[in-house]
Amino acid sequence: MNALYENYFRKNLPHIWCSGCGNGIVMSAFARAMEQLGYDKNKTTAVSGIGCSSRITGYLDLNTLHTAHGRALPFATGVKMSEPEMNVFIFMGDGDCAAIGGNHFIHACRRNMDMTAIVINNHIYGMTGGQFSPLTPFGKKATTAPYGSVDPAFDLCELAKGAGANFVARGNVYHAKQLTDLIVAGARHKGFSLIEVMATCPVSYGRHNKMPKPIELMNHIKENTVSLARAAKMTPEELEGKVVNGILHQVDGKEYCQEYQNLLDRIQGGGK
Amino acid sequence: MLAKKQGHVTVVEKLCKACGICIALCPAQVFVAAPDGRARVADQEKCTACRICEMHCPDFCVEVEEIDNE
Ligand SMILES: Cc1ncc(C[n+]2csc(CCOP(=O)(O)OP(=O)(O)O)c2C)c(N)n1
Ligand code: SF4
Ligand code: SF4
Ligand code: SF4
Repeated sequence: MNALYENYFRKNLPHIWCSGCGNGIVMSAFARAMEQLGYDKNKTTAVSGIGCSSRITGYLDLNTLHTAHGRALPFATGVKMSEPEMNVFIFMGDGDCAAIGGNHFIHACRRNMDMTAIVINNHIYGMTGGQFSPLTPFGKKATTAPYGSVDPAFDLCELAKGAGANFVARGNVYHAKQLTDLIVAGARHKGFSLIEVMATCPVSYGRHNKMPKPIELMNHIKENTVSLARAAKMTPEELEGKVVNGILHQVDGKEYCQEYQNLLDRIQGGGK
Repeated sequence: MLAKKQGHVTVVEKLCKACGICIALCPAQVFVAAPDGRARVADQEKCTACRICEMHCPDFCVEVEEIDNE
């Protein structure tokens, strides 16, 4: 951890997150991914919106942008358009990405710009006290759903795939090593990559759902997760309520910045 | 014969938020909870340097060093 901490952090810990919050585990997995990727820090930008999870950009020693709620992707799009050589990572919460930022999200998927979005799905609006989000599982409790949510949740990975994202993966904070591998794979893939991370908020989610201890939420994730390989051998009935993890979708479509450059070359070269 | 991997683990006490994750996840039961809930290294010899604690500590306060047994 020492070398990682020296290399990728601003050394302003302790962070603001509650005891046992999954955001720290994701930040740690991301730092390991950075180490494996070997990216130049000056050529790497991390962008976030607003929320507990979005505070990540305040601790990483990279180029960072802490923007407006739901608007991390438009800012990231601007960074990538003006600096196509930049490695761009976006950190969003489930509310940030799928509620207020939902429109930006589907269009970023469609546009397929080469960047990596890490969505920390703790199933709740953590920062504002535990309201339900579009990713709160059906029946789970929130401060605004004291008897359980009657809203069906988005499957963010299916949504991304349908909207045109070229790389879609799901990991979690219990399988932390695999999470690093997924971030590395997503970053290496040219095009828009989504890594949805099943994460833990013991305070605003766990407490309302009979899992107040961080380890209870971690074990809940472990018990509900099935790998892609195992899922392939299971019946729809057996898969009910399970969360499939792994690289769920990967294709090589047209990448936006490359297409834009091609267009410039064509026009400036006198073509039509 | 291949020597079994061994590790030396340290908890940076001032950063520990007593979440209990490392205590629960360590496969070798190296940690115990201090009265205030913070993790304390109780059985250093059992550490196999698997780094599960390091990867899951949300607060960056567990450090594992692999001991060279050569
Ligand atoms: C435009 C706007 N609307 C509402 C808010 C209030 N607000 C701050 S964070 C947040 C939700 C955070 O939830 P999520 O994105 O899931 O992140 P988490 O805190 O769980 O990591 C909201 C609604 C805001 N800051 N700006
Ligand atoms: S409220 Fe939840 S998401 Fe926010 S810091 Fe606390 S545990 Fe983490
Ligand atoms: S490295 Fe592994 S064995 Fe050693 S303390 Fe950490 S979890 Fe336990
Ligand atoms: S995981 Fe980290 S913060 Fe939690 S008890 Fe262990 S050392 Fe402390």
